[in-house]
Amino acid sequence: MTDYREYLDFLYTALAPLNKKAIELSEDTALVADIGLSSLEVMEFIEKIEDHFDITIPLNILPDVNTVGELASKIQELNP
Amino acid sequence: MLFDKFRDMADFQAELAARDIAPFGAVTEELLSATEGIVDGRRVILAGTNNYLGLSWDPRCIEAAREAAQRWGTGTTGSRLANGSFAGHQALEREIAQFYGVDHAIVFTTGYAATSGMVSTLAGPGDAILLDADSHASIYAGVNLSGADIIRFKHNNPEDLARRLRRLGDRASQALIIAEGIYSMYGDIAPLQEIAAVKREYGGYLFLDEAHSMGTLGATGRGAAQAAGVEDDIDFFAGTFSKSLGAIGGFCVSRHPEMEAIRYCIRPYIFTASSSPSIIASTREALRIVAAEPQLREKLWDNARRLHQGLGDLGLPVSPAPGPVVAVELEDRSATIDCWKALMEAGIYVNLVVPPASPSTNYLLRNSVSAAHSSEQIDAIINAYASLVERGLAAAAA
Repeated sequence: MTDYREYLDFLYTALAPLNKKAIELSEDTALVADIGLSSLEVMEFIEKIEDHFDITIPLNILPDVNTVGELASKIQELNP
Repeated sequence: MLFDKFRDMADFQAELAARDIAPFGAVTEELLSATEGIVDGRRVILAGTNNYLGLSWDPRCIEAAREAAQRWGTGTTGSRLANGSFAGHQALEREIAQFYGVDHAIVFTTGYAATSGMVSTLAGPGDAILLDADSHASIYAGVNLSGADIIRFKHNNPEDLARRLRRLGDRASQALIIAEGIYSMYGDIAPLQEIAAVKREYGGYLFLDEAHSMGTLGATGRGAAQAAGVEDDIDFFAGTFSKSLGAIGGFCVSRHPEMEAIRYCIRPYIFTASSSPSIIASTREALRIVAAEPQLREKLWDNARRLHQGLGDLGLPVSPAPGPVVAVELEDRSATIDCWKALMEAGIYVNLVVPPASPSTNYLLRNSVSAAHSSEQIDAIINAYASLVERGLAAAAA
């Protein structure tokens, strides 16, 4: 079982190569508005999380997720 | 602000206008044949039309359309569920079902309506959809409307599909798996034998969009599944009339008898006026020709191999294998636009593809081949690209 903190730590690590503006990442960092991820990068990022934790994250969650923290919460909610 | 989200697109259009080109709004002012026309005031070879068999210009199809317009008028002025089911629509459904050797077919007004309408209707809340990452925009639009859980698998990667099905557990046996025969941008063919094997292992329903492969692949032109010998594993075949069949419209065929109930649940089918009788008539004639004249496919593939070889010999980064679509993939946006403009000036019209229409962050010069191209026209296309390479345009971009 993976907890919120573990998901969050992985998100920070996996976002590092995508963080081209080198902004400081926090739970409140917005994936698109702050980091500037494209829709393609977001979908590929979701696949990476799925493969790392061997879980399913339907793309339907995306409209409800803006920040890194919200993504970690959503993943935990889907995979308690 | 309501309009803020359009600013990037407006800026891009302004950039293109400053370069005095309109790659996304090029106007065909006159057609001279299936493969030549006057576009934006310039006589060009058409190498970006999807008119794979040249049937939009076939005299038999044109005559069928003319006769139908005279007999039935210019439009049906209504939905298939109201006054828009003419005898021709039903006949085309019978004929396309027969063409695929199944009992059920639904004809749609566009290909976009066929794929988006089918996938948005087939799966619903609580279901799972697994779609190839490079699926067409109409499929993405449909799955987003479905309410089902949407899961992407890596493009043309059956192992990745299997991994994602495994994670679904018991739900896998009811999942809708979506793939395409030939992918529209790079022109690559799906590994259908392997995908079908995954489906046999985990269950699920396989929906195959043969938009670019119907008419171009398979012994009788049924598409990629026929070529791979896995038609029995396909639950739903979708396709379009706007490519090999030279008209406009779409279809879905299936062996499942539930299709006759599904028909009445598809909103883009219910709430769209049906195709004009002339379109239905030319499509029926084109379908007959696809089945009866395999030499068209042979000529298409001769041309595809010639173009693919020619562009590859120039050192250009082309699609991995020859096919009806031969794409040149470049990294730099500005250089790709310069190449597109230079090709137009050399008398060659191709498609310029930019993200997100391209499946990656790269840019494409997308060439589509036709059986109606002469060998000389294919060579003229290759020569135009050779000129790009000589001038350093393509090399600078690659």
